[in-house]
Order: sequence, then C-alpha cells, then structure tokens
Amino acid sequence: MKIVVPVKRVIDYNVKIRVAADGSGVDTANVKMSMNPFDEIAVEEAVRLKEAGIATEVIAVSCGVAGCVDTLRTALALGADRAIRVHTDVELQPLAVAKLLKAVAGREQPQLVICGKQAIDDDANQTGQMLAALLGWGQATFASKVVIADGRATVTREIDGGLETVGVALPAVITTDLRLNEPRFASLPNIMKAKKKPLDTVTPDELGVDVAPRLKTLKVAEPPKRQAGVKVASVAELVAKLRDEAKVLR
Amino acid sequence: MSILVIAEHDNAGLRPATLNTLAAAAKIGGDITVLVAGSGCAGAAAAAAAVPGVAKVLSADAAHLAHPTAEDLAAVTLAVAAGHSHLLAPAGSFGKNFMPRVAATLDVAQVSDIVEVVSADTFVRPIYAGNALATVQSADPVKVITVRATAFDPLPATGGAAPVEAVTPPPASGLSAHVSQELSHSARPELGAARVVVSGGRGLGSAEAYHGVLEPLADRLGAALGASRAAVDSGYAPNDYQVGQTGKIVAPDLYVAVGLSGAIQHLAGMKDSKVIVAINKDPDAPIFQVADYGLVGDLFELVPQLVQALD
Repeated sequence: MKIVVPVKRVIDYNVKIRVAADGSGVDTANVKMSMNPFDEIAVEEAVRLKEAGIATEVIAVSCGVAGCVDTLRTALALGADRAIRVHTDVELQPLAVAKLLKAVAGREQPQLVICGKQAIDDDANQTGQMLAALLGWGQATFASKVVIADGRATVTREIDGGLETVGVALPAVITTDLRLNEPRFASLPNIMKAKKKPLDTVTPDELGVDVAPRLKTLKVAEPPKRQAGVKVASVAELVAKLRDEAKVLR
Repeated sequence: MSILVIAEHDNAGLRPATLNTLAAAAKIGGDITVLVAGSGCAGAAAAAAAVPGVAKVLSADAAHLAHPTAEDLAAVTLAVAAGHSHLLAPAGSFGKNFMPRVAATLDVAQVSDIVEVVSADTFVRPIYAGNALATVQSADPVKVITVRATAFDPLPATGGAAPVEAVTPPPASGLSAHVSQELSHSARPELGAARVVVSGGRGLGSAEAYHGVLEPLADRLGAALGASRAAVDSGYAPNDYQVGQTGKIVAPDLYVAVGLSGAIQHLAGMKDSKVIVAINKDPDAPIFQVADYGLVGDLFELVPQLVQALD
C-alpha cells in the first residue's frame, strides 16, 4: 500500500509573525520556515504504518516555491521514501492544492493520503476534505487514532464534545489532529540519507491543473491590540473589581 | 440573494453556534433557508423555524443521517444547494468536516472561519492563529463559508414561524460509516457557548489539582472548564477542553486563566473574551499582557480564597 503525504512549507510556529506595513500580507522575508506541524504528524503516521509492515512506500508531496525542497528533504529525513514537488510561484489556495494532489494521486494510485488537518499560516482546514471530494473518496478528519485492517481504516476523531470513531473504506483521506502521535526528530544520518532519496519536480501545467487563486486578499491587518489591565493586590480587590467595575458577576 | 444555512443540531434542538451562524447570514442579507439534516430531527427543525428571519426550513430526516458522515452531509447539502448564492455552516468540527467537500464539488473556494461580513462577497477571517486578519473577496458564483460563532451575536431563538418542508436526502454513500462516539458528559455549559470559562494550565501540576482546584470555582461561577494545550498534553484535561488555535475558540463574558502562561496559540483562542482574569505566580507571564485583572501569587491559595470570597 502506497501512502501519499502532502507537506506544506509555512512560517515556523515559534516565529512571531509581522503584518506587512502596506497591508498586503505577512512578512516572509528572512523568516524561519518549517514544515507545518500537523503535516509532520502526518509524515510520522505514514512512516509508522510502513514500519508496521502495513504501508510499502511513503511519498511526500509539496506544492509551491523552490523552498519547498527543504520541506520535502525534512519529510525524507523523517522516513518518507521519495518526494514530488509541484513547482509554482503562484499563491496557492486550498482548492488549487487539492486539485494538484488529485492529479498526483491519479499518477501514484495510493490507498491512503494523510494530510495535516490545517496549515498554521492560513488556518483554512480545507485541503484534505476537498481532495477526498474531488477523488470521490471517503474521509476521516481530525484523527487521534488510526487502525488499518481489511481494506478499511478505523479512525478515532477529535470532535466538539468528545471523540467519534468512524470506519472508512480505502482508498481514503485522513487528516491528523495533534494527539495522533509525537513526531520523531530526524537523526543526522537520516538527514544525510535524505539527500540521496529521489525528488521529482512537476508543474501544474504538466498535471493539467489551473491553480489561479479564487479568493482575492484585499487587505491583511493586525488585530486590535488588547490593552493590559491592572494587577490587583488581593482576592478581595479582584472580587470587588469584577462585581463593581466589570459587572460580570451574577 | 438566497442563503442556505446548514444547521448544527442534536436532532432535538439547535446547537447554539447555529444561531450565531444565522446572525452572520442575516448580515449578508437576503432570504435565509435552514437545512436540518438528521434522524428524528423534527425538534431541531421546529427550533430552526422559530428563529426570526428564517424564511424556510428544509428537513432531511433519514435513518442514515443519525450520525451523519461528511460524505452524506455534503451530498444532502449539494442536493438542496441549487439556487442559493451563499452556503453557511458554523466553523466547529461539524462544519469543518463537510463544508470543504461541498465547496470542492461545486468547484468554488471556501472562506473559512469568518469573523466579519464586509459585503455579500467580502469577508474578514483570522489567519496565523488570529495574529492577522485577512479581508478576502470571493469571485465565485457560490460562496461557501464557515462562521466563527463567537464573532457574531446570536439571533433570538424564538419569535419566528417559518414553514418546514421535508426533503429526501440522497442515499448513504457507503464510503464511511459512524462506528461509535464517546462524548464527555458534563452538567457544565458547553465550552464554546459558556458565559464564563475557567481555564487551567500547566501550573496546576496534575490532573487531580486541575479538577480539585478549578471545579469548585467553575461550580460557583456556573462556568465551563477549559485548558491550555500544555495542560492537555500533560494529561490534566481531555483534549476537547483545549482552548486555542488548535482547540476551541471562545469569547465568554468572563475568562479566568489559572496557572496558565498565555502562549500565542492559547491567546488565539480566548483573547476576544470580554473580561480576562489571570492568576499566575510569574508576574512576567504573557497572560498578564491581555488580562484585565491580574493576580500574582500561588494559585493553590488564591483560587480557594476566590471561591470563598464569591460565596
């Protein structure tokens, strides 16, 4: 069984982002970029399935600018077998990425695609579900446990108010939530080995996909800043403030 | 314009986020139709019909929609979507699961998690965990939108009398199936809709302390319990208590943060609360930069004192 894992290059989750002064977006110049954390969990899950003898090959895919090569090398160092980069400088939105991944899935014929549930830059939470719809496959989103057996995935999902378990026939798309696993760190020997693993590049044209953005970003602004309040000296003062000033106690 | 709102409900009634989503629909303007897809969902359909401003309720009542899969919810939505310019659902785990399938099938973009309606085609949505707000315009013929409930004041639950029309949903896709669910049962209000939230972080040190210290305060305030990702990762609280970028987004009247430093990803989930109280032993904790009232000291002494002072 082949598994495809899409990985996105995003601003590192530890970086405090800056909104560009002209309101056109977020500054990405000279900012540390990393693999989207949810995608790292997806790579880890796929590699564990391979280590368990369930998967035979793990293929990492990244769509975007030249820098995505670094993200793919990270996926290869974590245990993916080979990588495909879809090269474009166009701003990619989730629908376009889902179409590119559909085309890649058409070539590779995986039984499973494991995506991160959302990217921490645009926070859209769409690509996995869109891909499943375009392929006509079942889906299991926000996974915290995945069991593969008899051509089905049994997936425990994190939902509002608790957990839901669903069974989905393969091929299918699974999206990862935080508690699915703890990704390993890439060892130095594996980082060196990753440099020799195959990495192919294709273009949206070669895949026959129109990636033109559908949403136009008119403006990006900083959210209103919340003012720090006061420090109170005692519980009694706090209760008095909540009762008389904030009027939030009933 | 004609707006279809897909209701989040429990068959007996509407989930609160549906009323906030209807408020966003009202801001866009135009006729509002509500789709209630479930099994034995007459109660939820009647509740939707009672919301002022709703013109019509479509009830898709079928056994296979008792615990609907994303595939089946998308199919029933698509079956009734024709003629609607906007499709809206709340941006919880319900809406996030199936709405992108609807958008992709229609070959249109989805606008996720909107916090403001600028016009019928332009919306504001948070990106980078709410550290930036993007204003986006959709040129697609149908706008598929999920709505951040806390950003819109809910419509009233009563006063309307819309007709309810039965619709026949497409048969089950068979691609996936519900197996079971474990919902956390709690007498407390739902975290996303609570007026008061008491939230704990790693400073509590253990699951016993999390519950032992916070529950009396939550009981006294009639509050929902929340937690930071650190507290969830440490096993003090279940994952569905998590407030933040990767958890729930809340905006209660009062948010009490206990032993919680205030990581960016946590602030993303609660900084729109009306009043924030922070109790932390570290006077430099970032949570104090957003708190209206800060109390520096040992939470194990201060929280019980607070419970007593409230009595």
